Amino acid sequence: MPAFLERSPPSRWHALNPLTKLIFATVTALVGLIVGGLIGPLILVTVAVLLPASVAGVLSRLVRTSVLVSLPIAISTLLINVFFFPGGQDVLLRLGPVVATREGVSFALEILARILTISGAITLFYLTTRPSELVLDLESRGVSPRVAFVAHASVQTVPAMLERASNIVAAQRARGLDTEGSLVRRIRGLLPVVAPVVLGSIVEVEERTLALEARGFTRPGRRALLWFPADSARQRAARWLLVSAVPAAALAAAYGLLAWLP
Amino acid sequence: MACSPGSHETCTDTVLSLRGVSYRYAGATDPAIRDVDLTLQDGELLGIVGASEAGKTTLCLVAAGLAPRTIRGSLSGTVHLDGEDAASLQMHELAARIGICFQRPWTQLSGVCETVFEEVAFGPMNLGVPRQETLARTDEALTALAITDVASRDPARLSGGQMQLVAIAGLLAMEPAHLVLDEPTAQLDPAGTRLVADALARLAANGASILIAEQRTDLLAALCSRIIVLQAGRVIRDGPTVEVLTDPELPRQGVPETSAGRLRRLATEAGIATELLDQALD
Repeated sequence: MPAFLERSPPSRWHALNPLTKLIFATVTALVGLIVGGLIGPLILVTVAVLLPASVAGVLSRLVRTSVLVSLPIAISTLLINVFFFPGGQDVLLRLGPVVATREGVSFALEILARILTISGAITLFYLTTRPSELVLDLESRGVSPRVAFVAHASVQTVPAMLERASNIVAAQRARGLDTEGSLVRRIRGLLPVVAPVVLGSIVEVEERTLALEARGFTRPGRRALLWFPADSARQRAARWLLVSAVPAAALAAAYGLLAWLP
Repeated sequence: MACSPGSHETCTDTVLSLRGVSYRYAGATDPAIRDVDLTLQDGELLGIVGASEAGKTTLCLVAAGLAPRTIRGSLSGTVHLDGEDAASLQMHELAARIGICFQRPWTQLSGVCETVFEEVAFGPMNLGVPRQETLARTDEALTALAITDVASRDPARLSGGQMQLVAIAGLLAMEPAHLVLDEPTAQLDPAGTRLVADALARLAANGASILIAEQRTDLLAALCSRIIVLQAGRVIRDGPTVEVLTDPELPRQGVPETSAGRLRRLATEAGIATELLDQALD
């Protein structure tokens, strides 16, 4: 097999099986939801997101991406809970009819910690796992090639459409389309581009479907894969352990065993 | 018996047969092809020429079994592949026997392969070809089209011509017995066109049957033993390459002259004796 297909991962974290990383991210997100308070999720973010990200060499990218992705929901969550928390007594700030209470701030921070845990876990998975690796791994475990293809192609669709849109905008700019200036002017300039992007994508789907059919894509049964990510007994055991952490955390929370966490 | 490229030998063993075939796309009022009778013999290279919108692409899609199966429309007449009714075969069975290459290279890529090597191996993998054989076929296909140097590259980042070569390599790796090519050199420069022509000639010499729609009549003159001319969806001419491509009516039917034909015509118009020209061209 060509050497370039045996891709050497940049870190030990990258080298983990994609399913292991996926389960790790999912369990981290779920446990982050289950564990109450502020400190619990923060400990989880530190141990299960920031530490692996540091090992993988993607810490700064993770923080940047995770914060950006979480920002809109974080801002709205903060504002709603700080100023409209029901039953808040300890007033910190009054702005006309709305009041910011300590209880509201406390609750908002807890929600924010959970949001950061979830977005951090997902971002870590995204930054350290190639979609093709995950898809091939799933296919090697028996997932239908058609399902795997749809999942993979869906991930590729957005960047492909963005690139198409960029090319169309560049071509239209060369023909005098004005896409700079005020917001209204830019929207007016970009509206004519929407139709070609969407229609072009639809036409491409039909042509690509023909090409896939012509390459035997609809043949039932499994394919003989050229390669798929490595796995190990240790990782399999770790995955089962991780999965069992979710009901364990749920039971612990239900029986108040996590109440000591502020 | 296989036919030599550019020869007029009689071939036997019909591998593809279209009888009275008409095809109308869904929503269209007129058929794109009408009452087409076509036979492709074992080992033959059959060319299809015609003006734009003459029905060449539709004929290719019908011959490969993609229309009406994948494209909505109505087909009348019969299409037989290797003696079997094409409608009775599953799509993947058709794909294993008859490969089709389209004009636009970027829509022929799977969109999920990160390297050219994996892209070329995509077809054999889908057909369930064992891993080692897939690797061997992929290597052979890349070598045949002289694109081993781009094997590790992202196919989406290639030029249009390189993409088309990758698409054809993907087809070759599936090792179909028959090929349908819809203007395969449309995006290629002369060097790329030569590579494809050489690969097609090798395939034909090895017994593959090839149906090729092209605007480049020079290419067809060098490769094909027989040419079909389409006009408004109908076959108006079917005969040996030399006879068809030297027909003076051809340019009026929207088919470009071959370079040799153009030279002869210009020489005649200029009053220059064409005997020496014929000797040089032959």
